[in-house]
Amino acid sequence: MNLITITTFLPLLGAVALILHSLFWAARGTSKEQLDNQYRWITLFFTLVTFVVSLLILPGFDSSQAGPQMTQKVAWIGALGVQYFVGIDGVTIWLVILSTFLMPIAVLASWNVTKRVREYMVFMLILETGMLGVFVSFDMFLFYLFFEVTLIPMYFLIGVWGGERRIYAAVKFFVYTVVGSLLMLVAIIAVYIYNGATTFDIIEITNNIATGATIIPAGIKFWLWAAFALAFFIKVPLFPLHTWLPDAHVEAPTAGSIILAGVLLKMGTYGLMRFNLPLFPDISQKAAPWVMALAVVGIIYGALVAMIQPDMKKLVAYSSVSHLGFVVLGIFSFTELGMQGALYQMLNHGISTGALFLCVGIIYERRHTRLISEYGGLASVMPRYSTMFIIVALSSLGLPLLNGFVGEFLILIGTFSSTVPHAKLLTVFGATGVILSAVYLLWMLQRVLFGEINRQENAELEEMNWREKTALIPLVVLAIIMGVGPMIFLRGTEKSVNSIRESVQSIVKR
Amino acid sequence: MLKWIVLAPLIGAIINGFFGKRLGEKLIGLIASASVAVSAVLAFFVFFTKLLPLPVGERLITEHFFTWIKVGNFQADFAYLLDPLSGIYILFITGVGLLIHIYATGYMHGDPGYYRFFTYLNLFMFMMLTLVLADNLLLLFVGWEGVGLCSYLLIGYYIRRQEAGDAAKKAFITNRIGDFGYMIAMFLVFTTFGTISFVAKGDVPSFLTQAAALSPEAIWTFGTMTAIALLLFVGATGKSAQIPLFVWLPDAMAGPTPVSALIHAATMVTAGVYLTARCSAVVVKSPTAMAVMAVIGAATAIFAATIGLAQNDIKKVLAYSTVSQLGYMFLACGVGAITAGVFHVVTHAFFKALLFLGSGSVIHGMHEEQDIRKMGGLKKYMPITFATMMAGWLAISGFPLLSGFFSKDEILWKTWSTESLPHGWGKFLWVIAALTALLTAIYMTRMMVMTFFGASRFGKAHGHDDHHGDHHGDDHGHHGDPHESPAVMWIPLAVLAVLSIVGGFIGVPAALGGSNHFEHFLEPVIAHVAPAGESAHALPVATDHGTPHGAPADHVAAASAAPAHADAHHDVGTERLFTVISVLLGFLGIGIGAAVWLKNPLKPMSKVLENKYYVDEIYETTVIQPLEHTSRDLLWKVVDVRIIDGFVNGAARTFAGLSGILRHTQSGYARNYAAVILIGAIIIIGYFGFLATR
Repeated sequence: MNLITITTFLPLLGAVALILHSLFWAARGTSKEQLDNQYRWITLFFTLVTFVVSLLILPGFDSSQAGPQMTQKVAWIGALGVQYFVGIDGVTIWLVILSTFLMPIAVLASWNVTKRVREYMVFMLILETGMLGVFVSFDMFLFYLFFEVTLIPMYFLIGVWGGERRIYAAVKFFVYTVVGSLLMLVAIIAVYIYNGATTFDIIEITNNIATGATIIPAGIKFWLWAAFALAFFIKVPLFPLHTWLPDAHVEAPTAGSIILAGVLLKMGTYGLMRFNLPLFPDISQKAAPWVMALAVVGIIYGALVAMIQPDMKKLVAYSSVSHLGFVVLGIFSFTELGMQGALYQMLNHGISTGALFLCVGIIYERRHTRLISEYGGLASVMPRYSTMFIIVALSSLGLPLLNGFVGEFLILIGTFSSTVPHAKLLTVFGATGVILSAVYLLWMLQRVLFGEINRQENAELEEMNWREKTALIPLVVLAIIMGVGPMIFLRGTEKSVNSIRESVQSIVKR
Repeated sequence: MLKWIVLAPLIGAIINGFFGKRLGEKLIGLIASASVAVSAVLAFFVFFTKLLPLPVGERLITEHFFTWIKVGNFQADFAYLLDPLSGIYILFITGVGLLIHIYATGYMHGDPGYYRFFTYLNLFMFMMLTLVLADNLLLLFVGWEGVGLCSYLLIGYYIRRQEAGDAAKKAFITNRIGDFGYMIAMFLVFTTFGTISFVAKGDVPSFLTQAAALSPEAIWTFGTMTAIALLLFVGATGKSAQIPLFVWLPDAMAGPTPVSALIHAATMVTAGVYLTARCSAVVVKSPTAMAVMAVIGAATAIFAATIGLAQNDIKKVLAYSTVSQLGYMFLACGVGAITAGVFHVVTHAFFKALLFLGSGSVIHGMHEEQDIRKMGGLKKYMPITFATMMAGWLAISGFPLLSGFFSKDEILWKTWSTESLPHGWGKFLWVIAALTALLTAIYMTRMMVMTFFGASRFGKAHGHDDHHGDHHGDDHGHHGDPHESPAVMWIPLAVLAVLSIVGGFIGVPAALGGSNHFEHFLEPVIAHVAPAGESAHALPVATDHGTPHGAPADHVAAASAAPAHADAHHDVGTERLFTVISVLLGFLGIGIGAAVWLKNPLKPMSKVLENKYYVDEIYETTVIQPLEHTSRDLLWKVVDVRIIDGFVNGAARTFAGLSGILRHTQSGYARNYAAVILIGAIIIIGYFGFLATR
């Protein structure tokens, strides 16, 4: 069996096992609490096994190769040329591992969910298969399928297990994303047809376009690019398509926020790299200054709006808008530095923002409020928690020797050396995000952790328990490792990132 | 070896950070001090046995630790560089650092966060040493931001005090504004020279060598070099508290006093000067940037000195004094006397650390009182503190033959005689600098007089103020007469006092009969300024010479080949005359200070000065509040909520209206929706598939 396939479908297997367990295997007379606990452990077990299995990909990975490796290709819908084609390359390898890594943490963060635990865990596991599928698919049809599959469990996670305005948030999330993805579907089909309607194979189509074997008419090309771009920009989300994100994050349960910020948003930036750049290099070139401008607006706008949020989760959500702006900026710089930085920043954002949501979740579970003004002085009540929270915030604001810095720095220096028009000016504006992120994060820390304890409830808060520590410590450790030893991760991504970059650059030379 | 100088304090920080809670105070203090002692011993050993014996001009030791980032043609390593400049820095950083660590073991006695304090303090040493030993701009930036972090943590050390937290945040954010400039400078260096390293890597010469070799006539050279130099200077204004970013430093005094001495006086705040000296090859290519530097430096010097006149918190006086002295250092850099600036960094580290630690001893002895209006007559209670602080006071006031005298005198003279600024500027800046010297002597004398002389003004009211009451344990909670501090505190004071007195002799200028070892030692690594109007000759390309490690490395200061001793023609007589003038100014200041405040220690001062020219208030109303209002009332509440969401919800409502007809298809089950999507997709695909196969 193919390792990639196993990794992708293990969580689904877990979901099946969970259902079977609830129907047949569980001992008669088990109380609801015991059953719920069993579901939790089964889910944790499967997500952990998936993580371990995904790590097995690493030793066999050949970083000197640009294209997909460890592939499995099976004809699926023969008449249409749809294949089950999965594999891994430098762009996706760490995204896959990031996803499998964050899942057990998200499950740990869900331990206190008591409402319909079985359904909750099943959705989590389906979600994992969906997002892994997105990253491993090298068939456009398959990609689209997985892309949509992630939508449904997330919709329910928000809509059923969310906060007060969960229905509004879930519908907004769903509609926003579906609008984008349906247009993408049309674009996928169009590309399929222009390529001769024989295959959805991404590698083949990309090659055909690069060699000129497939030519998409100039008039229609922009619209196809735009259809892909819209779907991905919404997912990222790029300003001004971001307003679903704060609502979704605020209403989602902690685990939902971790996965949403940690992985689902990356599907957008990943899509840009996989589809928009290689399929439409010339349009991407022309659009680059505009996209970069939107990215920079997003960086500044997201940071400024984050600054004045009274709600911690909203603050972190808007900070995501700002951070993802950096990623888009790097991708459209078309430089090795910028694009490697963008890829690295995707991972960093998953770690740091996931950890930030976890930190917010930890005190939310104690106080049932996310309002910053409800807190204060936590550092003297929960010193360990506060230390972790500070490190996480510092990693998010890009302090050197923590992960965020490497990504931001590479993106900015890459963009600065880019040949895209106005890139230097845009970098200078984008770099102000470095100042602003310090403003909103430190201000939050100041109000939540420091100062006198003004409320009795806060004086009695409990320090983190073993479960919360187990969830948070790996993230903190990884933030440090990724900050000190980025080459561990960057070496493997170089070839694939460069091949995408070259597919864009080759157009210039022609 | 170099890496262990850097890593030793990190190891101390890790041990104390993880296990400190279980260790006793004694052990924590020992681990922290010992780790710095290891650094210090190694630093002195490497400096005197490895660096010094090398021939002049070849004093360079490099050490590669590991490759940090290597993407495309960009590379930044954890690699260290020891040359005369970083050598001087590591000596005084580890030396003064060790003394302050020892002092702090006494000062922090009884504090519940003892281990946390020493963890941060050790971490600071690690970052500071990384900063000065870095062999490239990015690693330097790691240290640069790292010391900023430690500064943040230590200013906010008293976590329950609101103003400590505010000050910490302010310090970090203000520094980030400066760092923004630093980062853009780094990008420009990379795109211009293709490397950010201070030493050659493979066959790529360092950016400093390349900069030195640039022909000064080329317009782009001038523009780019000016941009880089100015952007680096923006970084320096943040870290080294110059106008307009100085506002964080006085507030930073909310941290424990040893922190003020180590970070906010002796070491971290002089990092901007280090950066300027390190990148001197670029800086000297831009007369514009140098002029800006000189003017900002002089302006900061006098501005902060006037504020210092009217402060009543003993640490605030010293803080503004630090800002003012840092201004001197940048004035020196701006007039092309970078070695003099670095010289002042060193002497200032001695006397200002001494003054801060002395003030800490006073605060300690006065049971946490910081207001000098409530002191007076302390010299009989705290004779050792008084005697040692005397040395610091006289040194900063420019008393002849003390350390501050030589360095300040040299800056004044170099300002007067500068050839790198347009005609007349030097003279004007000299007047400002001389006035500042006078003011310095006045406010320092005021502080000393109000603290140590005259009648005691405490007794009834002193004790715990609300705002600095809670941080020391019960040990110091007792009230009573002021008392002298324990030996562990006064011994470091005594050592620093000796250094403040004799430290200047390493750099006695030739005109005063010295041989200026300091300048000669440093000269090979500092680029020289081509005198204004004489820049026609391109500087020669730097020579390649091997390092002791065999790597072909061009030296940091590529401009070492520049004409040395440009100042040979100085009129020795004039220089001596100016020395006399500075001495007189110092005496005059001390005289004025003594005459005024001995008679009337509580003489009211100008409100404008007392309120620091309302700079904080101005920033608050012109920058911070507008930014908040725009973000909240325009961006969030209008753009996000009304415009974008208004559009989205409007569209949704429209469709909802339309779909009222189709509502029966809406079962509310998402699986139905999903099925519909899938069926729809299949139909579309099928249709196109049909078209395509036809």
